[in-house]
Amino acid sequence: MPIINAVRVLSDKNFKSDCTKKPAVIALAGNPNTGKSTIFNALTGMRQHTGNWPGKTVLRTQGQYIYNGQKYVLVDLPGTYSLLPHSAEEEVARDFLCFSYPDVTVVVVDATCLERNLNLVLQIGEVTRQLILCLNLMDEARRKNLIIDSDLLSRRLGIPVVETAARNGEGLNQLRQTICDVVNHRITPVPTPITYPPDLEQAIAILEPQVRQIMGERLNPRWVALRLIAGDQSFIRSFFSSLPDAGEGVKL
Amino acid sequence: MHACMTLDRLLPGCFALVEEVQAQGITRRRLLDLGLVPGTIIQAIHRSPLGDPTAYQIRGAIIALRQEDTLQIRIIPFEGT
Repeated sequence: MPIINAVRVLSDKNFKSDCTKKPAVIALAGNPNTGKSTIFNALTGMRQHTGNWPGKTVLRTQGQYIYNGQKYVLVDLPGTYSLLPHSAEEEVARDFLCFSYPDVTVVVVDATCLERNLNLVLQIGEVTRQLILCLNLMDEARRKNLIIDSDLLSRRLGIPVVETAARNGEGLNQLRQTICDVVNHRITPVPTPITYPPDLEQAIAILEPQVRQIMGERLNPRWVALRLIAGDQSFIRSFFSSLPDAGEGVKL
Repeated sequence: MHACMTLDRLLPGCFALVEEVQAQGITRRRLLDLGLVPGTIIQAIHRSPLGDPTAYQIRGAIIALRQEDTLQIRIIPFEGT
């Protein structure tokens, strides 16, 4: 019953405490089949199974590596198309990104198929500022004669962009260095904000300050307000159980 | 210009342009997240033996959709396909 196990693991809120406070926690997110597990293995030296079928990574897998004397815990999340989950695996990914407060999130995308992948990048950019875009499968992109202007992409999205071909180890040092720079605040990503239609913006303006009062800046209050307005039940359930007092006495 | 039809009627091998996603709520959002926004080119690939679901090529990925969902997607089929 892998799915039931997944749900149990995601409700385990002790994640931060069981890996001491010192190491930086890095989440690997992305659409299915973009090479997250390959990057995970390349960085950690582990041999986590990689394969191409739905739900391969139902549970998040974690491993460690050391770079410049600093310890990093890398968490490989199940592939997801959206932060609005449609399956247990996607819920694992959503809950980790939203409620475990990783120090940095690396979104791994398929460089040959950016239009499909960038949707998730924009969504995660609404949740966290500590975001890096990893353009993986650059070897395949070159084979298809695709030229990607990473600098422009980085400026438009407001986040660092690293090109990799994890299968041959290409770009991994650059990725380690960029993660290190963001963790240590040498690089400050500022994901480009998404503006909604005026009526929605008005509703956000009413809710956002109240959300901020309850939970501070740990999770982008603007995004929480959007989820509440959308009436996203799955999010609201996870959100309340993530509050320190389990949300008692909170009125919305 | 051809008349509009719903995606469930697109035959395997044929291409179409997504005109409108009529689904509402989370189904709508899901279909949009999968890349089915108006103006997207989509191709029907296979139909499963029982006729449902059908696999479609959408923005570089093959995704299977159920008829209950494809009934709610209006498309403009390409001529000659």
